[in-house]
Amino acid sequence: MAYDRADVDALLPLQPLTFHVLLALTAGDRHGYGIIQDVDARTDGAVRLSAGALYRTIQRLLEQGLIIEPQKPNVPQGDPRRRYYRLTPFGRAVARAETSRLALLVHLARSSGLVPETS
Amino acid sequence: MIRLYRALLRCYPSSFRMEYGDEMAAVFGQELRRAAGPVARLGVLLAAVADVVPNALAVHWEILRQDLRYTARTLNHARAFALATILITALGVGANAAAFSVADFVLLRPLPFPESDALVRLCEGPRTGAGWGCMNELSPANYRDVRNGTTAFQALGAFTGASMVLVGGGEPLRLSAAVVTADVLPLLGVPPLLGRTFDSTGAGGQDAGGVVLGYGLWQTRFGGDPSVLGRTVNLDGTPREVIGVMPAAFHFPTRDVQLWAPLVLREEDFADRNDTYLQSVGRLRNGVTIERAQAELAVIFTRLARDVPESNAETWFSFFRLRDGMSPRYRLMLTVLCGASLSMLLLTCANLANLLLARAAARERELAVRAALGAGRERLVRQLFTESVILAVAGGAVGVVVAVLAVPLLGTLVPTTLPIAERPGVDLRVLAFAGAFAGLTGLGFGLIPALRAGGRTGFAALREGTRAGGGRKQRLRRFLVTVEVAVSVALLACSGLLINAVWRVQAVDPGFTPDGVLTLRSELPLPKYDSLARRTEFYRTVLSQIQAQAGVTGAAYTSGLPMVMTGGIAGVEVPGREVRPGRQEGVSVRWVTSQIFEVLRIPVLRGRTLEDADAADRLLVAVVSESFAERYWPGQDPIGMTFGVRDQDRMVVGVVGDIKVRGLERTSEPQVYLPIDQVPEGFGGIYLPKDLVIRVTGQAAPLVSAARRIIRAADPDLPITNVRTMADVVAGETATRRAQLAVLGALAVIALLLAGVGIHGLLAYTVSQRSQEIGVRLALGAEPSGIARLVLREGLVLAVVGIVPGVAAAYGAARALNALLFGVSPGDPVTLLAAAGLGLLMTVAGSIVPAWRAVRVSPVSAMRAE
Repeated sequence: MAYDRADVDALLPLQPLTFHVLLALTAGDRHGYGIIQDVDARTDGAVRLSAGALYRTIQRLLEQGLIIEPQKPNVPQGDPRRRYYRLTPFGRAVARAETSRLALLVHLARSSGLVPETS
Repeated sequence: MIRLYRALLRCYPSSFRMEYGDEMAAVFGQELRRAAGPVARLGVLLAAVADVVPNALAVHWEILRQDLRYTARTLNHARAFALATILITALGVGANAAAFSVADFVLLRPLPFPESDALVRLCEGPRTGAGWGCMNELSPANYRDVRNGTTAFQALGAFTGASMVLVGGGEPLRLSAAVVTADVLPLLGVPPLLGRTFDSTGAGGQDAGGVVLGYGLWQTRFGGDPSVLGRTVNLDGTPREVIGVMPAAFHFPTRDVQLWAPLVLREEDFADRNDTYLQSVGRLRNGVTIERAQAELAVIFTRLARDVPESNAETWFSFFRLRDGMSPRYRLMLTVLCGASLSMLLLTCANLANLLLARAAARERELAVRAALGAGRERLVRQLFTESVILAVAGGAVGVVVAVLAVPLLGTLVPTTLPIAERPGVDLRVLAFAGAFAGLTGLGFGLIPALRAGGRTGFAALREGTRAGGGRKQRLRRFLVTVEVAVSVALLACSGLLINAVWRVQAVDPGFTPDGVLTLRSELPLPKYDSLARRTEFYRTVLSQIQAQAGVTGAAYTSGLPMVMTGGIAGVEVPGREVRPGRQEGVSVRWVTSQIFEVLRIPVLRGRTLEDADAADRLLVAVVSESFAERYWPGQDPIGMTFGVRDQDRMVVGVVGDIKVRGLERTSEPQVYLPIDQVPEGFGGIYLPKDLVIRVTGQAAPLVSAARRIIRAADPDLPITNVRTMADVVAGETATRRAQLAVLGALAVIALLLAGVGIHGLLAYTVSQRSQEIGVRLALGAEPSGIARLVLREGLVLAVVGIVPGVAAAYGAARALNALLFGVSPGDPVTLLAAAGLGLLMTVAGSIVPAWRAVRVSPVSAMRAE
């Protein structure tokens, strides 16, 4: 899928929730509840996605083309009744661009001595 | 619990719910399963509520934003359509809001007094019960007897109008005042803003020298200073103490009254029952109906007629609610206006529907394509809904502007006889109603295409190609167009009849020549001018100086201008003629100086006019009008005849033409002119000569300042008011009619234009739909003129189908407003034909462009499109 640098930049910065959803999908296709659980686990329960917020985000990501609903989800024991979501290359690019943006920010913060070095 | 959650999901738009509802319910189910115990489950449910509601709102908002963007885009493409829709809605909403605001203000709304339904007016009236409002005034004795004899009233008071001069603190000011008994202000129920009203401890009480100010006077003359209470003001040369100030919204008995002085009736005032100058206002006791009070009054007046037949044999009473003290003509005029506005609203809705239907037909393909591409029906409906609401709101907003601009124009339709403010505000309820009506039409017809798009037409519309849309919808549009034609023709015809009536009124010969006559008022205050000699000196001084001015051909004083003062009616005794105690045979008496007939150009038919030599110590004389002579001495020479008027016997020395004292549209009493030097001693008040009339040859304006200077030199304390020309006075006679007509005429013209636009739109659409057919016909050798005829004929059929019921409706409406037609027949053929002709003309005008376009259809391109 062809996409422009400008298209990617137009979506930045991402809202934290959106970023979490994209992160949850980088490892593979997941359904909605799977995303909620994944985000929960990844952040040690610090971020709890609610169903309403999640599906609003999903609707927007679908419209923007960052994720799709695959015909055949690529999961070991998929539940055929559930709807799965997959990151598109464009979505991956957006997530990567957001990561770079955040990394740069962190770098800037560190070099000004704001954030303590971690081991 | 899951079911509860599913119900909760209804907050979302259905498109979203159908897409994600099951998933969300599944997530919710899993969370429930993880939760241990009922308390935790309840927590999950509460969290779900807190989650769903704001998120659902956000989803709605996103859709609305999309729709608004889309609407802005589509309307930008269809700017003419958007503009037409908004303007039409605005006109319909605005005209209705304006007309009904005034009507509600004048006819329906309770008067601004607490429990105003119980307020009634009482006056004397003819036994026939004819007329409206106060037919004659009450004598103090009759007022006293009614007051003592009745139990129906909680309170009953008397008042009379007066005119007073306020001196001090600036120019002398002539004020309209009301002299009221102590009961009047309290029974109206409006407490004073400051101080108190008159004490009811009895006649000649402590407040006999008090005065209550109106809010306007208090503001303008006293700067709204609260310390005005207790201050002494000079009124007509008498010092009076300010005891109270009434609030701004208080008007009584009419809105021009600016102050109230106490009316104290003394024993001698009750002597003469023929001396009628009081009006009465009362508040009915709780639970007493107006009918019961009426019956009680009938008993009292019957008894009075028996006990004092010499004065009361013919006396009955006028009794009505304070609310109803207005001429039935106002009621009718306003009703007509409301009818016209309602027709306009109908027309607006028809036109709006027509526009939207045309647009729907044109968009059918677009919608079908969108439906085919997967747009849900709910989304399409919602999209069109947004579009219609936007149009309706914009139209309504412009309509408010129209209403705000139009209401002041209708101010002349507020009768001066009601105690209400001059200008109504725009009624928000009416505005909301008219807006809702137009909005619903917009919504209804705006949604039709969406509802159809979701139905069977889905693919049929695509397949049908450009010839989509026909049949039923076309019939509906035809019907709407004929309604438009009918309404506009009816409005045109009614306006035409009323225009005829105004022309007829304006053509009435007033009996005098108003052009070139300047008039102003300088009322002589009593008791300063109690003496006849002093008054005469004043008149002589002023008149001789004004007559000496360049450009003045004559000047005179009169006790009342025609069409301005309609009162001054007196009974007449003629030797050898039976005296009737009633007042039906009154004559209009004016005290005048000698040049009045020259100035007003009232023709002298026989004998002489009045002269300066007709002094107090000479023979008492009179000049009478032609109808006076005809009434009392038919077929005889009236010169030298004598008659009694105002307790004096007088000899007729001249006969002049009749004038329309009471106005162009009313029957006037015969007139009697008496010389100012022969005013009986002690006679005065509003019947003294006060109006100066000047006939000028050139410009009137420079003479105003000269007249002011001359009068000020004669008496610096005299206020000069009512400066205007007699031509303005006569024009004022038709002012309410013209205001009503202006609105009605404007509505009719707009209606006609709308109908023309409607016809044009319909035919243009038909032609564009049938362009292939027309192309084929042309290719097969049809004459272009035949094609044009085809289109024109369709237009004409629509016109005729609309015009016939339109004319019938106009005739029906005109019969209802017969009282306003001033003798013009409701079926006046010229007017009705003219209206029908205009309707037809508009149809033809609306059909020409489509016909031309039909002729210009290129057979080749039309066939290629196929």
